[in-house]
Amino acid sequence: MNSSVIVFPGSNCDRDIAVALEKMQFKNQMVWHKETKLPKSDLIVVPGGFSYGDYLRSGAIAGKSLIINEVIKSANEGCLVLGICNGFQILTETGMLKGVLLRNKNLKFINKDVNIKVINNDTKFSNKYKNNQVLKINIAHNEGNYFTNPNHLKELNDENLIAFKYCDNNGIINKSSNPNGSLENIAGIFNSKKNILGMMPHPERMVDNLISNTDGVNLFSSLLN
Amino acid sequence: MKITDQVVENHGLKIEEYTNIKKILKREPNLLELGIFSAMWNEHCSYKSSRKHLKNLPTKGKHVIQGPGENAGVIDIGDDDAIVFKIESHNHPSYIEPYQGAATGVGGILRDVFTMGARPIALLNSIHFGSPDHFKTKSLLHGVVSGIGGYGNCIGIPTVAGETKFNSTYNENILVNAMAVGHAKKDKIFYSKAKGLNKSVVYVGSKTGRDGIHGASMASAEFDENSEEKKPTVQVGDPFTEKLLMEACLELMKDNSIISIQDMGAAGLTSSSVEMASKGELGIEINLDKVPCREENMTPYEMMLSESQERMLIILEDGKEKHAKEIFKKWDLDFVIIGKTTNTNKLVLKYDNIIKGEIPINALASKAPIYDRKWIKKKLTKSKVDIKKLKKIKIEEALIKILSSANHSNKTWITSQYDQMVMCDTAQKSGSDAAIIRIHGKEKAIAVSVDSSANYCKAHPKSGGKQIVCENWRNLISVGARPIAITNCLNFGNPENPEVMGEFAECLLGIKESCEFLNYPVVSGNVSFYNGTNRKNIYPTPVIGGVGLISKFKKPISHQFKKNDSNILLIGKTFGHLERSTLLEEIYLISDGQPPEINLVNEKNNGESILGIIKDNLVNSVHDVSNGGLIIALAEMCMGSIYGAKINKPKKLTNLLKYFFGEDQGRYILEIDKGNLEKVEKILKNNNIFYENIGSTQKDYFEIQGELKINIKELYKINNQWYNNY
Repeated sequence: MNSSVIVFPGSNCDRDIAVALEKMQFKNQMVWHKETKLPKSDLIVVPGGFSYGDYLRSGAIAGKSLIINEVIKSANEGCLVLGICNGFQILTETGMLKGVLLRNKNLKFINKDVNIKVINNDTKFSNKYKNNQVLKINIAHNEGNYFTNPNHLKELNDENLIAFKYCDNNGIINKSSNPNGSLENIAGIFNSKKNILGMMPHPERMVDNLISNTDGVNLFSSLLN
Repeated sequence: MKITDQVVENHGLKIEEYTNIKKILKREPNLLELGIFSAMWNEHCSYKSSRKHLKNLPTKGKHVIQGPGENAGVIDIGDDDAIVFKIESHNHPSYIEPYQGAATGVGGILRDVFTMGARPIALLNSIHFGSPDHFKTKSLLHGVVSGIGGYGNCIGIPTVAGETKFNSTYNENILVNAMAVGHAKKDKIFYSKAKGLNKSVVYVGSKTGRDGIHGASMASAEFDENSEEKKPTVQVGDPFTEKLLMEACLELMKDNSIISIQDMGAAGLTSSSVEMASKGELGIEINLDKVPCREENMTPYEMMLSESQERMLIILEDGKEKHAKEIFKKWDLDFVIIGKTTNTNKLVLKYDNIIKGEIPINALASKAPIYDRKWIKKKLTKSKVDIKKLKKIKIEEALIKILSSANHSNKTWITSQYDQMVMCDTAQKSGSDAAIIRIHGKEKAIAVSVDSSANYCKAHPKSGGKQIVCENWRNLISVGARPIAITNCLNFGNPENPEVMGEFAECLLGIKESCEFLNYPVVSGNVSFYNGTNRKNIYPTPVIGGVGLISKFKKPISHQFKKNDSNILLIGKTFGHLERSTLLEEIYLISDGQPPEINLVNEKNNGESILGIIKDNLVNSVHDVSNGGLIIALAEMCMGSIYGAKINKPKKLTNLLKYFFGEDQGRYILEIDKGNLEKVEKILKNNNIFYENIGSTQKDYFEIQGELKINIKELYKINNQWYNNY
């Protein structure tokens, strides 16, 4: 499977995702933000980091960058797109995913391992997981507090477009298992065609037992499936 | 402008120093030249009070590639790998403007590391605040922590370890020390020494603004009630630009374009150009018209003294200008040739084709003043406290009080604001004895830790100095790493005060003694004097940052108990030293007497043996016994685990407070499987190591026979309250 990782000047999880993809046998290429063409890809990853410093609003400038038009074009043609952390923020800035990521409720950067629950495993991104499976994945963000309007929220629920929700060890989804104030504990969502996934947790950080765990592996093997 | 005595004083120079400047120049300097002298001759840049003592520290060893004197120290960790690291203070700016002060502290130390060709792989910090009750402490804590996080998180280097302490001695002068660690190829280390005539001197990075002018001079004076007015001398950080600068520099470093490179840190363009020329025994000529400026009508004086961040000076090989420029263009950074190297041995500054300043390089570097400051030995005081007469307190009550105190509470509130995982090589994070970072794509890892013991250093500077090196060494040993070398950040009061200078001299003697004995050289460091306000000096606070090597990294070893019913061994002798202990400080509010003694022979023997036991895979968990003594160490091993401990009553030392809270040094706790006990005991006996089998692990409870039994979840809760309630 061919993958492309978009590299903005302030991306800082680009190497991490590349390492994970290569470990999972993807044929990966890095694509610089000033490029105007994407190599042929089955998967495009918009990685975590601080794209252009994020001094304005996370992902706002990246959402207007040269390469992002190509990403939008490919997504419209059905290419799979994965946005992680800052990548998720960028995808919402472009409108490829609806909703916004507000500042964390406690107004602080949060880095920790959290539990998330697989809500929909019937997608290209999650078919190797079981529904309701609880994963432990690292989060690291200032703005991960997902918010959207009631109509879209209804659509997310009705059409099964929620990928992951924050939960506790036992899979219970409630206020105390919500790290950042996200609406309905949402940690990741799909677009209506389910070829785009945006998520705040970092699956690329969870592919090596020596460093963390391997709960992220099945996201990548789902894509290969 | 006429240079009056007042002008000289405003530049932080003494009248005698000014007389000396006139003698060297054989004329009066102009204001620009005076500013340059003040930037180079201040304490921060010239080490004029400390140099005499620093040169006694051991700086060589078989792993040392580069010792002090460069941007950072470099050590050999085998194969073609080198580790580049340094710690630096940013105390004064952080007190005035905590967010930017701390952020630029991180930015500055990162530049020191990637300037040498290393990709930074870890950040650490040691931060000291005043009493939690002091009206400024809370906002300073919030500001500093978010500043450290703001910079490190954005640039994408994990912040993996640190220490946070509170003591009223820092009420009006907090300490913010940041350490950066990088990985380089051994044959691709870059230095600041200029070579060759007529080579292009290139300015890269951010534009120069009016921020931070005289920052280094500020760091070389005591605070007074007007310190708030110094806000404009604090620099503003831009981690995104630093990320660009880092990537661009590392990209250019892949080939042979660079002759020498130096970041513009304290004293900006002045110190970077002088340093490069001085090391290369060359002259340097700068056309100030070419300097990229952020603001209009900047004067040569402002350009030379600005401490705007994220800038570098590079001397390029002939013909490499175009190639280098392309790289910096790719990263959207300024790249301007602003001057050249010359054979005049002078710093020549031109503006509008007129020479605005001309100073012999050696006048700024080698002829900078060196002082043999008067110092007096510390008068050691005997404790006035009779331990036997202290009000009785239950062990459980003391334990809970300590675990819920500001200084001993769990620091997750802080560390969760730092990205500890980015780069995906952090195998063990903050909250352990030492963090473990895997070398990317390799089988080996390094362990890192920062430590300080101001309380001990205040009472007995030499013992204190010895102790911190040992404490740091122990922390690395505890995670199975062979300690290789240290960097130190020496935070002290006013060196013109003979008592402070005495504390400095004696702490250094202690550091030297331990470093020599443990074969643990100092490869880089920083001195921060004038920490204090209105003649009130802070406690002497040397901070040690250590790096150790795990050559074959298989799994991280942490201090949490791992299994049920394994044996708990206490390594090292317990005498029950309570003076200067956490128990007396926190429970009885007594801080007098002497710190515990250090026995370097035992220290080394214990450490080496434990390293062997870890290598042989005979141990489940290891923890060093430090502040708070045995009971706190045991509690820490329980918290965060599902296993607690059942500890026997001591057989010999009958005063339980002394036994459980004494802070005798050189001790560790090991958790050993029953099946491995015999092997471990044999090793300990063969190495003549004193140890006690003090109990075993059990599920759910921390228990001391007949004294206390607490659920470990409860213990964890108690330990996690303070920050959330502050």
